[in-house]
Amino acid sequence: MMRDPQLYDYSPLCDRPKITWPNGARVAFWVAPNIEYYEFDPPLNPGRRAWPKPHPDVVPYSHRDYGNRAGFFRMMEAMAKYNVRGSVSLNVAICQHHPELIKVCNELDWELFSHGIYNTRYTYTMSEAQERAMMKDVIDTIKDASGQDVAGWLAPALSYTTNTFELLAEFGIQYTCDLFHDDQPQPVNTKSGRLISVPYSLEMNDTVVLSMMGKSSRHYSDILKANFDQLYEEGAENGQVMCIPLHPFLIGQPHRIGNFAEVLDYITGHDDVWVTTGREIAAHYYEHHYDNVLASLTARRGS
Amino acid sequence: MAELSDDYLKYPNRGHGMDHDRYPWSQLHERPNVTWPNGARVALWVVTQLQWFPMDMKPAVPVPGAMARPYPDFWNYTLRDYGNRVGVYRIFKVLDKLGLKSSVAINSALAERHPFLIEQVNQRGWEVVANGLDMGHIIHGEMDREEEAAMIKGVLDSLRKLSGQPVRGWLSPIRSESFNTPDIAAANGIEYLCDWLNDDMPYAFETKSGTIHNLPHTMELDDQQVLVTLRHTEQEYVDQLKDQFDCLYAESAERGGRVMAINLNPWVTGQAYRIKALEEALSYISGHDGVWTATGAEILDAFKAQA
Repeated sequence: MMRDPQLYDYSPLCDRPKITWPNGARVAFWVAPNIEYYEFDPPLNPGRRAWPKPHPDVVPYSHRDYGNRAGFFRMMEAMAKYNVRGSVSLNVAICQHHPELIKVCNELDWELFSHGIYNTRYTYTMSEAQERAMMKDVIDTIKDASGQDVAGWLAPALSYTTNTFELLAEFGIQYTCDLFHDDQPQPVNTKSGRLISVPYSLEMNDTVVLSMMGKSSRHYSDILKANFDQLYEEGAENGQVMCIPLHPFLIGQPHRIGNFAEVLDYITGHDDVWVTTGREIAAHYYEHHYDNVLASLTARRGS
Repeated sequence: MAELSDDYLKYPNRGHGMDHDRYPWSQLHERPNVTWPNGARVALWVVTQLQWFPMDMKPAVPVPGAMARPYPDFWNYTLRDYGNRVGVYRIFKVLDKLGLKSSVAINSALAERHPFLIEQVNQRGWEVVANGLDMGHIIHGEMDREEEAAMIKGVLDSLRKLSGQPVRGWLSPIRSESFNTPDIAAANGIEYLCDWLNDDMPYAFETKSGTIHNLPHTMELDDQQVLVTLRHTEQEYVDQLKDQFDCLYAESAERGGRVMAINLNPWVTGQAYRIKALEEALSYISGHDGVWTATGAEILDAFKAQA
């Protein structure tokens, strides 16, 4: 085992190249709904069991199913009201189980990026050939369902092998959401191709804040606003990224959606915010900043 | 580490709809609007949960609120029992004051120990919902089918005899089911389940003994979940109930009647320092026009009449 992921170089916040966004925006703001399918009776992966209890585990299964039946529509309406397009972290089996949801995403010009096949199929213990086959399945399925070339990746249920990032670069994936070390995009070290991380925040993730940390809906709104305020302030010096990762089964609950809509109202009400998608952030970064940042990191490595 | 079989990359249920046959895939906003009696907008379904946590309980799967200390665990036994002696009567008093009904989901072993509780429910004309045997007997996926069938039948026989009610609803302890539970419940005359958390409205649920329904019971608004598991403040609990109601009430203007379920555990909300918080939330909700206080069975009947 490695003691360090060896995926990126050290780059201190106080001494790094300046990042700019279109129209002088201070913060690139994107919302990433996880549209997921959890299986009722999935096979066992040696690295992780899918459900805590013997199958069927009706409570967590049905709680997640709520997201597709009821929560998605509420979340989508709130986002559409504030002209926020989603960048969807997609379990691509949704394209088969619930194509009606994909149709809505396509109509709203949302981005679809990869979150694996099912959220109950983990990458742990996959051979390189198996992981490559899974990635090809994802890329082909999203292309068929939307016409989109997949640009982004969030590993299914955040499960990996040590080959994952190398394979992403090989497949031409533009950005990964799997690294949480920064509030700006960063180059990821791969042997072939090129790859960057785009900030997808676990700290802002509704599952982490509401379920794991157990905060209330109104407290979550305060957290999101405070995070935005700080990045907006810092963004005057050096452009920042704020992502809100969502799960419709949580944020689409009746007692949460109104508070979340208020957060969107607050953030999109600021002048210097670029309301965008993961794909657009990555594209802008490659075009304007990637080479410069890479040169800076290389120079620091040599010093 | 072990090699992963290539079967792990096969997905036999990857097709349109659900990966089981209990209910068809359906989005809430695409269904026809439902109308409640007298044009009500929100059916308020209060469920009071009366449970017995035996001091020698050894549940097959973890149970929130179970004995947690070395035997004899008087700490946890007596604190749960507080709900059935004290807390429940504070809750009933608030409901009576506001003119609200409750479905009462009760363990059959508790009903047998204290038939007085059933009398209190019957006096008010409220509904008894079966909530299993006791909190040490949890249904789970590896449970023997015959053992489960005998237990469910025993629970229903007991509650029907004690209450004189048909007992049409089933709520599994900690909502834990096996693959067989819906079939066994339906075969024993159960008309609705409360275990599945995937909707805001009743929906049809298929079993080997015909179509029954699942009613939108709640974990998100369960007092134990919010106040004990997630450790929210009482004010946050009240805010959550109000926010839930505001959203459903607003939606009902365009999308038809909604159900708001509130699940109460008397050992939690019936504490002296919490009961006013519950009263505040229930006063807010019931103070709106078009709120229908209903039992699960009444909601089911109104729903089925127009399905």
